[in-house]
Amino acid sequence: MYSFEFARPGSIDEAVKALKAEEAQALGGGQTLIPTLKQRLAAPSVLVSLSGIAEMQGVCVSDDNALCVGGATPHAVVAKEAAKSFPALAGMASRIGDPAVRNRGTVGGSLANNDPSACYPAAALGTGATIKTNAREIAADDYFQGMFATALDEGEIITEVRFPIPEKANYQKFVQPASRFALVGVFVAKYASGVRVAVTGASEDGVFRWTEAEEALSKDFSAKAVEGLKVSADGMISDLHGPAAYRAHLVGVLTGRAVNAAA
Amino acid sequence: MTQVTMTVNGKSVSGDVEGRTLLSDFLRKTLRLTGTHIGCDTSQCGACVVHVNGRAVKSCTAFALELEGAEVRTIEGMANADGSLGTVQQAFQDHHGLQCGFCTPGMVMSAAALLADNPKPTEAEIREYLEGNICRCTGYHNIVKAVMAASGQDVAAVAAE
Repeated sequence: MYSFEFARPGSIDEAVKALKAEEAQALGGGQTLIPTLKQRLAAPSVLVSLSGIAEMQGVCVSDDNALCVGGATPHAVVAKEAAKSFPALAGMASRIGDPAVRNRGTVGGSLANNDPSACYPAAALGTGATIKTNAREIAADDYFQGMFATALDEGEIITEVRFPIPEKANYQKFVQPASRFALVGVFVAKYASGVRVAVTGASEDGVFRWTEAEEALSKDFSAKAVEGLKVSADGMISDLHGPAAYRAHLVGVLTGRAVNAAA
Repeated sequence: MTQVTMTVNGKSVSGDVEGRTLLSDFLRKTLRLTGTHIGCDTSQCGACVVHVNGRAVKSCTAFALELEGAEVRTIEGMANADGSLGTVQQAFQDHHGLQCGFCTPGMVMSAAALLADNPKPTEAEIREYLEGNICRCTGYHNIVKAVMAASGQDVAAVAAE
């Protein structure tokens, strides 16, 4: 690891200030960033840890029935505290990585990194979440901009994520067993206004909405409604874990399973 | 260098560290607590698992300076006050839950974290919880037996496969 200064601010304001330094980098739970630093794939001058900011911790349900998760809340806390209010999201959080990773990794870190195989992007896009930062609110539909790319500006911090609680939802993850990331993951959520389907792990453009399935499921929320639908393998990730056609096939299968399991 | 202070195995300790000093290095090099092993150093193997404020954490994937004021427990803190092996450690010995022993500190710390949360886990829950701890000797079977035994459950019920 290259050497860097370390800052651990106690408030969002202090963190924003610290991140104004040249080549400053925010540190969430570090479960991706620390391995990246070890490989010398990143060389920040200052690492600004967000783990000491109390106002970015915790889970609650808002008056307009959204699950509000502080940006620095670890996955294990979401798994536990959202179990009753939003079981599909809690279930998703409880299967990220392994227990030790879930005790450190955070929702803000996952969304800021936007790994094309991460779980949280599917939950955020699948629920039409709002990503709150120190500067503004960003709709999930505008936030994800391709593999590892987001709408965040330099030095912008995810302070909270608000996930509208659906009538029914489920996340199906086909685990890539070595990394425990999703080979493909599908988040299905049914709202009074319609159904949303978000897919992670499959596309070279990162997480995406499967609109054909959304239309079919909005008319008829059953696995049968998506049985005949196919996703094109064009632009799908192809690697030693699975070719593009296999991933495209999994999208359909997992969407059906998610509908069947939705609760 | 910045000074960091934390509680390790019940004792307040402090030391001067760099920003990039990992908790695993602080434990092993500064405190000379070499029971915490560094296996892969890439967050995969779990040999370095310790407890931070009661939760299992990979010490190779946390910076010492993030843990100012934290309560840390390592494998050195798992024995009984009289120096005899703690319940989980004894169960690993009784059930041959280790061969080379390299992964054992992490296995014991993960198992203890599981049992603190879930005192009577099923075999499936044990196997799932230990997903982030890799052992290349035992095939996990005796480790799972040891965790079952440490939780006071019948080990005969553990599946042979």
